Amino acid sequence: MTQQQPLSIAGRSYQSRLLIGTGKYRDMAQAGEAIRASGAEIVTVAIRRTNIGQNADEENLLDVVPPSEFTILPNTAGCYTADDAVRVCRLARELLDGHDLVKLEVLGDPKTLYPDIPATLEAAERLVADGFKVMVYTSDDPIIARRLEEMGCVAVMPLASPIGSGLGIQNRYNLLTILENASVPIIVDAGVGTASDAAVAMELGADGVLLNTAVAAAQDPVLMASAMRKGIEAGREAYLAGRMPMRRYASASSPLEGTFWQGRQ
Amino acid sequence: MNANDPQITLYVNGTARSVPADSTVAQLVESLDLGQRRIAIELNGEVIPRSEHASRPLNDHDRIEIIRAIGGG
Repeated sequence: MTQQQPLSIAGRSYQSRLLIGTGKYRDMAQAGEAIRASGAEIVTVAIRRTNIGQNADEENLLDVVPPSEFTILPNTAGCYTADDAVRVCRLARELLDGHDLVKLEVLGDPKTLYPDIPATLEAAERLVADGFKVMVYTSDDPIIARRLEEMGCVAVMPLASPIGSGLGIQNRYNLLTILENASVPIIVDAGVGTASDAAVAMELGADGVLLNTAVAAAQDPVLMASAMRKGIEAGREAYLAGRMPMRRYASASSPLEGTFWQGRQ
Repeated sequence: MNANDPQITLYVNGTARSVPADSTVAQLVESLDLGQRRIAIELNGEVIPRSEHASRPLNDHDRIEIIRAIGGG
């Protein structure tokens, strides 16, 4: 049987190939329960202003997903310029005691949340030069994915479809091209809607899947988190197993030899 | 604090706030009840490491951002 290799990012190994977001849950308890059910070891968080003078005993996200137990992946969600993204990453590194793995996303517009590629390239270059280990959200353009890898990003994360859309993988041929070219992990990030989408991404050969809304916006987020875990494991195993070739017409599974009735040729 | 003590105005997370003129970053954090919280601080665009909070003085019209991790994807 083909050996299952762990996912390796920036020198660290992970058994789970599911990376999960922490947004849009009903409350912290549900977020914690869903994240645990997902089996994810890498958990992405947003960086925002602290509430001042209100909710003094408000629960802290990092108590629910402690850095001692999870790899925390701060993201630059909501940033529309390279300057803002770099600023957020520097604050995140201080927040997490020097932890320098970040999820870079520089957005182009609020309707599509598509990445602004020139600004993403600029931010990636500055962050890599500043010592960050950059996992970068990008479009499914194979040329840009390769450029980001060459610049020193530790993982390239092409979208499957727009963030939060749940539309699944819209351009599997581009993803295949990105995967064929890559020598860093390729994580499909954004657009996964349900477990079969995650499985398809893994069957194509993706190294992992990052998702959030598909779990948080499910009727039962904890159950969907478990489904995603299984979808990703199933997709990975199917990829490693190597699927059968497709053919247009049927091929009987039972032998024709030995039939004792008059068969059809 | 005495009303006659000299005060300075800071912009903390975008909101004006008066503090005693000789305050440090650490004193501001304490006065906001954030001493035990996992936060990071930017002062006029520069990240201030936790180890420097106690020694870093604040000046009139400083812009301070106090950030944390929240849920997001």
